[in-house]
Amino acid sequence: MSSPSTDDQPVWRKRSRRQALTHWVITLGIAGVVLWCFKLISDETTWSFVWSGPAQAGELANRMFLPEWYNRTGELWAEGEFWSHLGAFLADRAAYAAELWSPLVDTLHIATLGTVLGVMIASPLAFLAAENTTPSVKFVRPVALLFLVTSRSVNSLIWALLLVIVIGPGMLSGILAIALRSVGFCGKLLFEAIEEIDEATRDAVVSTGAGRLQTLTYGVIPQIAPAFAGISIYRWDINIREATIIGLVGAGGIGMALQTAIDELAWGHVSVIFIAILATVILSEWVSAKARAAVT
Amino acid sequence: MLEITDLTKRYPDGFEALKSVELTLPQGQLAALIGPSGAGKSTLIRCVNRLVEPTEGSVKLDGTEVTDLGRSALRGARRDMAMIFQSYALVERLSVMENVLSGRLGYVGFFNSLLRRFPSQDIQRAYKLLEQVGLEGLHDRRADELSGGQQQRVGIARALMQEPKLLLVDEPTASLDPRTAHQVMGLLADLCDEHDLAAIINIHDVPLAKEYTDRILGLNAGQLVFDGPPAELTDEVLPDIYGGEDWSAHGEQSADEEDDDDDEDVRSSGQFLAEEVL
Repeated sequence: MSSPSTDDQPVWRKRSRRQALTHWVITLGIAGVVLWCFKLISDETTWSFVWSGPAQAGELANRMFLPEWYNRTGELWAEGEFWSHLGAFLADRAAYAAELWSPLVDTLHIATLGTVLGVMIASPLAFLAAENTTPSVKFVRPVALLFLVTSRSVNSLIWALLLVIVIGPGMLSGILAIALRSVGFCGKLLFEAIEEIDEATRDAVVSTGAGRLQTLTYGVIPQIAPAFAGISIYRWDINIREATIIGLVGAGGIGMALQTAIDELAWGHVSVIFIAILATVILSEWVSAKARAAVT
Repeated sequence: MLEITDLTKRYPDGFEALKSVELTLPQGQLAALIGPSGAGKSTLIRCVNRLVEPTEGSVKLDGTEVTDLGRSALRGARRDMAMIFQSYALVERLSVMENVLSGRLGYVGFFNSLLRRFPSQDIQRAYKLLEQVGLEGLHDRRADELSGGQQQRVGIARALMQEPKLLLVDEPTASLDPRTAHQVMGLLADLCDEHDLAAIINIHDVPLAKEYTDRILGLNAGQLVFDGPPAELTDEVLPDIYGGEDWSAHGEQSADEEDDDDDEDVRSSGQFLAEEVL
């Protein structure tokens, strides 16, 4: 909006006076709402707990990671006593770490088997959901999409919670929970990859007189193979992390050990579990990065 | 050998891509199909092997009515009509040999094709064809490692692998440089001659069409407006096909229009395939 000023020099403003005023009113209104929300949150918070947070966290970390500095009578360890105490401390952690092997391997199994099962269910669903391979856009496609959305909208932990109730605690519940969550994720990415194929290539295969399955295996699957491998590896990587959690509700793996350790207030053991999970996740990131580089 | 009568393609939105096309092609004849972008050239050859379903009319190959065929009989008919594409349409992640052998998919069962177990005479024929198209020794290369001209030769070998009676060729040279385009057209003409094949070749390059084919078909807005030997295709009749007043002043087709044309064809065949696959 421009308006001539008194000495007839042209003046340009981005907003007219009226627009500028509205702008300010809206900005202040938003700021007011944000402050009001802060107040609501503040009223529901016990601030004394929050202020003691850093001290609590320090105490927890101390209990998790460090040996005790004082003996039972409240004095610092004498030098010889301290070393033997530290030795016992480390021996206990090492013995516990050895015990964790089995649940850790269980976790890897849950993630891997869950991913394989999820991808096996997702693949046919993806072909049914992709617009260019579905037998019926009107009927089959919406059903396939509904399956994929349902699977995706429920978190692994919630699938695990339901499955533990239905089929009982243990690894099978974990595998199925991981698989059910993976179906939606992999299926969605896969059907999008199918919809992006080069149709001319498929036309070429069809025009040789190839049957429907031949058209899929020659005209479609080679085109989506890299995406398929990439998606599966990516989901496996995510599933390693998810598989560490689902044990909290009884679905097997290292999460169950974590739950037990927390229940027993065995903070030293909790710290060992954290380190084990971290190492596993770093390892899986490395493996999946290598594998993904190999398939493209 | 190929008899097309009253062939009409009407899309659901009412657009008529082909209007009562009549065409008879004897064995061994090479026909160039020319016309402006969007005239229906791709639709016409795709109606012949039913990558696009014709709305009305008849397509007869050696007396067999192709438009009435059920799924498995259509597969049989498609073996006799090989198609070659502008974009080569190779399965890029498969080897040259697998691409050439895929021309036999209409003859080989599903599990044998899945396990790449093709009869030894097919494999011999594939080696022979690769030699004929000048790709000896490249059979184990991945298709996408080859140059455009080489990929189109693989496409030609795949088509001949079908032992077809008819070639349907969609813009074989549009993605190639002029010298390679000449080589590919020459190769197509030689091979059709050698195997006594009839061919319909969609092509934008009029001089190339006149040089290598026996007959020119001009399509405009879904109707055949010219049919005659190359010698009769003079600058006076070109405006009948391409429109415009003065042909000598007529520039190249706009690239945008051509893209639109291609997209439309791909979409329509994709819709058909949605019913076909699975």
